[in-house]
Amino acid sequence: MLIYQHSRSGRRATAQAPLQTADLSTIPERFRRQQRAALPEVSEMQAVRHYTKLSQQNFSIDTQFYPLGSCTMKYNPRGCNSLAMLPEFLARHPEAPADHSQGFMACLYELQEILKEVTGMQAVSLSPAAGAQGEFAGVAMIRAYHDARGDTARNEILVPDAAHGTNPASAVMCGYRVREIPSGADGDVDIEALRQLVGPQTAGIMLTNPSTLGVFDRNIEAIATLMHEAGGLLYYDGANLNAILGKVRPGDMGFDVIHVNLHKTFATPHGGGGPGAGPVGVSERLQPYLPVPMVARKDEHYHWLTEENCPESIGRLSTFAGNAGVLLRAYVYARMLGGEGMERVAEYATLNANYMLKRLTDAGFDAAYPERRATHEFILTLQRQAKELGVNTMDFAKRLLDYGFHAPTTYFPLQVPECLLIEPTETESREELDGFIDALCRIRQEAEEHPEQVTGAPYNLPVKRLDDVRAARELDLVWRPDNN
Amino acid sequence: MSDIPNELRYCRTHEWVSCAEDGVVTVGITDHAQDQLGDLVFVELPEVGDPFEAETECAVIESVKAASDIYCPVAGEIAEVNEALMDSPELVNDDPYGDGWLFKIAITDEADLDSLLDADGYQEILDA
Amino acid sequence: MPFIPHTEEDLQEMLAAIGVPDIETLFDEIPTTLRCGKLTRLPQAISEMEVAGLMSARASQDGAPVCFIGAGAYDHHIPAAVWQLASRGEFYTAYTPYQAEASQGTLQVLYEFQSMMAALTGMEVSNASLYDGATALAEAVLMAVRANRKSRSGRVLVPRSLHPAYRRVVQAMVGKQNIELVELPFDPAGGHTDPAALAAFEGQDIAALVIPQPNYFGVLEEVDLLTDWAHANKALAIAVVNPVALALLHPPGTWGKEGADISCGEGQPLGAPLSSGGPYLGFICCRQKLVRQMPGRIVGRTRDLDGKIGYTLTLQAREQHIRRSKATSNICTNQGLMATAATIHLALLGSEGLERVAAACHANTRSLVQKLTALEGVEPLFSRPTFHEQVLRLPIPADGVLRQLSAQGLLGGLDLSRDYPELGDTILVCATEKRTKPEMDNFQLKLRAILRC
Repeated sequence: MLIYQHSRSGRRATAQAPLQTADLSTIPERFRRQQRAALPEVSEMQAVRHYTKLSQQNFSIDTQFYPLGSCTMKYNPRGCNSLAMLPEFLARHPEAPADHSQGFMACLYELQEILKEVTGMQAVSLSPAAGAQGEFAGVAMIRAYHDARGDTARNEILVPDAAHGTNPASAVMCGYRVREIPSGADGDVDIEALRQLVGPQTAGIMLTNPSTLGVFDRNIEAIATLMHEAGGLLYYDGANLNAILGKVRPGDMGFDVIHVNLHKTFATPHGGGGPGAGPVGVSERLQPYLPVPMVARKDEHYHWLTEENCPESIGRLSTFAGNAGVLLRAYVYARMLGGEGMERVAEYATLNANYMLKRLTDAGFDAAYPERRATHEFILTLQRQAKELGVNTMDFAKRLLDYGFHAPTTYFPLQVPECLLIEPTETESREELDGFIDALCRIRQEAEEHPEQVTGAPYNLPVKRLDDVRAARELDLVWRPDNN
Repeated sequence: MSDIPNELRYCRTHEWVSCAEDGVVTVGITDHAQDQLGDLVFVELPEVGDPFEAETECAVIESVKAASDIYCPVAGEIAEVNEALMDSPELVNDDPYGDGWLFKIAITDEADLDSLLDADGYQEILDA
Repeated sequence: MPFIPHTEEDLQEMLAAIGVPDIETLFDEIPTTLRCGKLTRLPQAISEMEVAGLMSARASQDGAPVCFIGAGAYDHHIPAAVWQLASRGEFYTAYTPYQAEASQGTLQVLYEFQSMMAALTGMEVSNASLYDGATALAEAVLMAVRANRKSRSGRVLVPRSLHPAYRRVVQAMVGKQNIELVELPFDPAGGHTDPAALAAFEGQDIAALVIPQPNYFGVLEEVDLLTDWAHANKALAIAVVNPVALALLHPPGTWGKEGADISCGEGQPLGAPLSSGGPYLGFICCRQKLVRQMPGRIVGRTRDLDGKIGYTLTLQAREQHIRRSKATSNICTNQGLMATAATIHLALLGSEGLERVAAACHANTRSLVQKLTALEGVEPLFSRPTFHEQVLRLPIPADGVLRQLSAQGLLGGLDLSRDYPELGDTILVCATEKRTKPEMDNFQLKLRAILRC
């Protein structure tokens, strides 16, 4: 039932609004709303019960193993939440003067420094509100760099065909054309194909390493050299940073600009779709273009760098300073990890992924890149099962939900047919991994013996498989009093 | 096996083209294409009177899992669009060569039709 | 090792199962030249207890001054239940609801959010959130240019009375996509966008007109005239609105003869704490016929195999993960948890509760302005009706006044001289429903003392 269906005219949570009504005669009638908005009319208890029960219809990291490839669903430490929500941090108005915000600004400054060190970049801006905004900022900075040098013939950005969709979408927002580079059979970018595509029209390339194919691109140094010799810059999509945290730094691989997904690598919560944060880091030559604001320190005192201080900045990406509360959570996490803890992240994320890869291939599943090590994630293809048993990746995914596991990422990257992209993260115990592996094996057995059991899944959830064709054909996006 | 009628012409990008009648041809997508896309949920058609060059994007077909560009097979001006698809995009899935037609185009040069693939040529594309 | 559960025994058994002697071997595909070695400039790990001590000290250091600043971020009461519920692990640690059957909680909440935002704005459909008000406006501008087939110019009229940061953000985001933002002046007496100023653009090719309500100065714009002008000139009307104000003011869906085409704004007043400017909540709503041009995630109601009602992400073919370089936007992660909080917040207030909040803000700001303008040299700048913010002229430069006030634990408003030098020594003040009479009296007292010196 929707909250609206619990509504009764005249009900409300009376303790939550001012007890007195106020004089509105100073707002002329012609500006006034004539009809009340259709909002719920429920008691406080009803609202609490309704949303509590709704929460119980969700899978979450707190309740299920969530091996979504490229999403890094690690434990979200509660301490990060409670400390980011200290009353003074919550109450701080974004325009509060810097002199009375030194505590908050110290956290941001130190986070900037930590991210610089961990990524091997020279300067960081924390302001992008998500990875996609970080990508936009990064490509915009590449453009600003070329424009400033009068190199305006460069109108193309190169992107691997397996790249996350935000990459080409962000490049287009900066006015670039996108050219796709194929990946080789071994998972590395096809460097010969790249050589053909690079030229005076190339502004840059967007890559992630390890790539979306779950493998470390061994040609990265050659790619960087190739690009730089042609005058192009390299952008690093930080989505897979968890695999190399404390082991390899994007700056050392030759990247000129990077973004980090704090809601992945730095354990800030996904919240049902956000908020995240996508800080960007740059090498020296892109420093003038960083988005504002940033925090600077002089003589133990913190101050803001804004449009006035950074005249060549690509500008401001949100009204204030980005998702500040998310930044505080990431900061607390980084402090609890420390340098050693960060190395352990990559080590145990990689251990867990390789363990799963080995056990699953031993159990007869097909790896997409069987000759390669898993990084923090790996890809299985269920192409054989789909062909032989008539049970595809979608069916396996839905049946996994019945077994109490959130499914891995499915059908991404597009290059591998019927794929599962599996990322356990370092915070999962071995027992959890074994449980998942056992479930996948049992589902395969079901597929062999009673395929309809799998193709009709899920059965144990609040709803069965949903009709998404109907959802797109008969758009019902808003409850109204007259449509139920 | 997808259906590839012999009397039609085809593009690499999976459009089919009928024979010209008074300089106007009908365009749709092939059985293979509709099968790959899955159940269609929306079709965005060009406006009558819009001119297009060959191989330029002129329409978008949307399923749940993809939104594909349709490329105008030959240069010309849109003469008519299949309005029935607004409410019933599934016609493209059910009858891709008949009621699921997309639009009709008044072609600039009938000779352009010769450069399109025939049924065998299109089959070769699918087999590759 | 914080948050890593492996015992030494686990480690050895797992390495044996993989068939490698140590973890290091698992990194053997990475060229050794790329290995960074120990990172020496990272702080050492500290326990939760220690970081709690550090954060408490820093929070105390900043304190919690009494806030009379609005300017796009408002200090409203948030019912205790909102964040207790939103912080439940099932909401807080859930992922994007791509596996719909396992995410009915989040999906239904977002459907309710869409319903409430559509109701508040009087529009037909809403999405499930964008980053914040400014970026929502940038997306609305891009959407309007895409959707307005009658316009080829990419020119969008943007009032100077719109939040200056919004104008900067829109410029940063659309600047490379052949869109030209043209500034409209505001009337120096009224503080609004004089519809007569549009005469200069009559008959020109304009893709869209942006209309804030209220505007940055708190002043109410002539939204009906502006909307009708846009439509008469074949432009789309983009409303930028405060959701609390909409409890009292007539909503964009009813502006002019046809209503606004797109409505967007900042949802922070609906359950997001001030928290230094984020995370906040962008919202965007539009006419039904523009729905396929609307960026971001959208939730739809449908049925499952048994005919039971369920919710799922829909129209995904427009989004980046499918449409890639031709997507409506590059947005992926949105502000899902903030939309969840807003939904719970609105359920707890209802429209009458929201009306009372809005009315109290309006009344408190009036009361504050009366007290402050009783002081010599302090005057309201603009003559037109306002919602819950006003611009006051001071007899001396604002920055000194505000600095002295903040030293005494009071944020007296925002100095407008940086963004609006033409206004002279002015501040923008706001008193929400949280501001009490003693706090406002205290403000007057302190200001009097400062002005006397």
